[in-house]
Amino acid sequence: MKKDIILAGVGGQGIISIASVIGYAALQEKMFLKQSEVHGMSQRGGDVMSNLRISHDEIASDLIPYGQADLIISVEPLESLRYLEYLSPGHGWLVTNTTPFNNIPNYPELEKVMAELNKLPHHIALDADLLAKEAGSARSANMVILGAASPFLGLAYEKFEDAIRFIFRSKGDAVIGKNLDALKLGRDFADKNI
Amino acid sequence: MANKLLLLGDEAIALGALDAGISGIYAYPGTPSTEITEFVQNSKSARERNVHCTWSSNEKTAMEAALGMSYAGKRAMVCMKHVGLNVAADPFINSAITGANGGLIVVSADDPSMHSSQNEQDSRFYGKFALVPILEPSNQQEAYDMVHYGFDFSEKYKIPVLLRITTRMAHSRSGVARIECREENDLHMPSDLRQFVLLPAIARKRYKELLGSHQHFIEESEISPFNTYYEGTDKSLGILVAGIALNYLKENYPGGKVPHPVLKIGQYPLPRKLVEKLLGECEEILIIEDGYPMIEEMIQGYIPCGKKIRGRFDGTIPRTGELNPNILARALGLTDTMGLPVPDLMVNRPPQLCAGCPHIDSYKALNEVMEELTKGRVFSDIGCYTLGALWPYEAINSCVDMGASITMAKGAADAGLVPAIAVIGDSTFTHSGITGLLDAVNDKSPLTVIILDNETTGMTGGQDSAAHGRLESICKGIGVEEEHIRVLKPLKKYHEENVKILKEEIAYLGVSVVIPRRECIVTVDKRMRQKFK
Repeated sequence: MKKDIILAGVGGQGIISIASVIGYAALQEKMFLKQSEVHGMSQRGGDVMSNLRISHDEIASDLIPYGQADLIISVEPLESLRYLEYLSPGHGWLVTNTTPFNNIPNYPELEKVMAELNKLPHHIALDADLLAKEAGSARSANMVILGAASPFLGLAYEKFEDAIRFIFRSKGDAVIGKNLDALKLGRDFADKNI
Repeated sequence: MANKLLLLGDEAIALGALDAGISGIYAYPGTPSTEITEFVQNSKSARERNVHCTWSSNEKTAMEAALGMSYAGKRAMVCMKHVGLNVAADPFINSAITGANGGLIVVSADDPSMHSSQNEQDSRFYGKFALVPILEPSNQQEAYDMVHYGFDFSEKYKIPVLLRITTRMAHSRSGVARIECREENDLHMPSDLRQFVLLPAIARKRYKELLGSHQHFIEESEISPFNTYYEGTDKSLGILVAGIALNYLKENYPGGKVPHPVLKIGQYPLPRKLVEKLLGECEEILIIEDGYPMIEEMIQGYIPCGKKIRGRFDGTIPRTGELNPNILARALGLTDTMGLPVPDLMVNRPPQLCAGCPHIDSYKALNEVMEELTKGRVFSDIGCYTLGALWPYEAINSCVDMGASITMAKGAADAGLVPAIAVIGDSTFTHSGITGLLDAVNDKSPLTVIILDNETTGMTGGQDSAAHGRLESICKGIGVEEEHIRVLKPLKKYHEENVKILKEEIAYLGVSVVIPRRECIVTVDKRMRQKFK
């Protein structure tokens, strides 16, 4: 099994946390992993993306080739579209938050962004911010998104739960619980909308 | 994978250095090299061993301190981003002539495609220029292994070794297995106490010795574990590939099995015999390297083989920018892949100053003052505040190299552009601004220097700032008149007052320094989270 994943968002939105959870789950399955991150200037409110590759076989490139990503996971709708050139036109899925992060003067009209998303054959778009609030933790929108992406990652759902328990182990049971709830809300949404 | 550590390239280098028995690491923060030193700073074993790891004022002081540690017989590493090697070039080039005593590795992190930099210069040219061996890893495991190997090499030949990485290597994570740790060296003097005295008579002798060693470096490259010749059956093409580009090459063939002969380079000078073998048995040669076409240039004039050499010069590979698997697919004539088109509505989202950033209030005040003057008078520098060039501030007119704001403003003032303003951060000021300010004071240049003091090195993630709490006394010590050193609090509620002070100092026809001081919002946030955890 091999999954090539583009993680997208705006600097500071927590895409590295998503990568950490998937990465931990993959390593527990004794998979190979390569993950390319963005540090430095772009982290200051600019567009950021990360290449995450997990595979049972050895991985060559740190970068995913254009047109070959299995999945785009985005915590922001406009950012999800920025990397479409990476998505496999045949089988690639796009999972994105619909809550915009509007820190630029020329952000396109949201309806037009959504119309572009709706043109895609395989996509899941959900209001992760709203669902995160329902889970009692506005900061867990990234875990809602991960939950919605979990059916496409080739790993059992429990593996992500275990990973969250491990990654957030120092933050206490309350934080773990909220993140697990957020993950579940995202997963339930995906299950109903695939 | 289970027994391996999942490390960034930067972290693999740092762990390699600790395991290979360094006694100190020296650096000034700079993307993509910062995490090497931070890893050592956060390491429990480094703390227990008392490995030196505090930040240096700039790359030159870092390089010199590392050379001093090597002089004293201990292993040292010095790390910088590629443009930092420009700052450290003087001691770096000369360290090849002095040679090392304790093992010395210089890490320079290049940034092809300029993800976070003002150019994409290729540090391998510096290694070639200085005549020192260069190591260039293709994955995180090699990065770790090369540090061990590099220290051995450095001590065997008494020579500094350059470890060249790129952003992709620095900031990509993969599995790394450790090898046996080594003890640190004991303090021991160089066997010849004149080794480091580069008086002309001694330097001439040392330079000849360096040239003599170069032949040994080539021989080492021939048998290096990092230079590998992979036999291939399809000899219509031979591929010479350096560092991380190997991965993009393998990505294009199922199971990574390339049908052509491939010479993978991880150590320089180039292994001449291996290169000759590739040139001898293949009809055409494709050269793939991230950065400048350095190998390509060398091969073109290296052996007049009469064979077609393809690479960045003939357009087979784009002349600029980072490599990727698709560029290689096209270069190899393989099927290229492409996803869906990006919709036309897409717009750029450039990085910007954080909400609550003190620089915002400083720029708002400065912009109001500058409204009364013609445009184009504000020289600036390298840091978060460079984002003041973008919407909505558009407050600055230059960003060239560390410290250039003050000296360029001075030169412009000398030319008659009065008033001229320099905007520089506190950390950049201590890196390379102090000497420029001294020039301005000595010439009594009509100049206002605004030192944006956010009490940290913000852009690279909040490292310590070298002159924290001492900026006024430094300026005063250089000779700036005390009444023209003014400190502001960049907050909205003091806007009118700040505008007034800036106006007064810009009107003064001598050197004035204005210091807007308020802690970086990111470090405040970090501190508060720690406190209330």
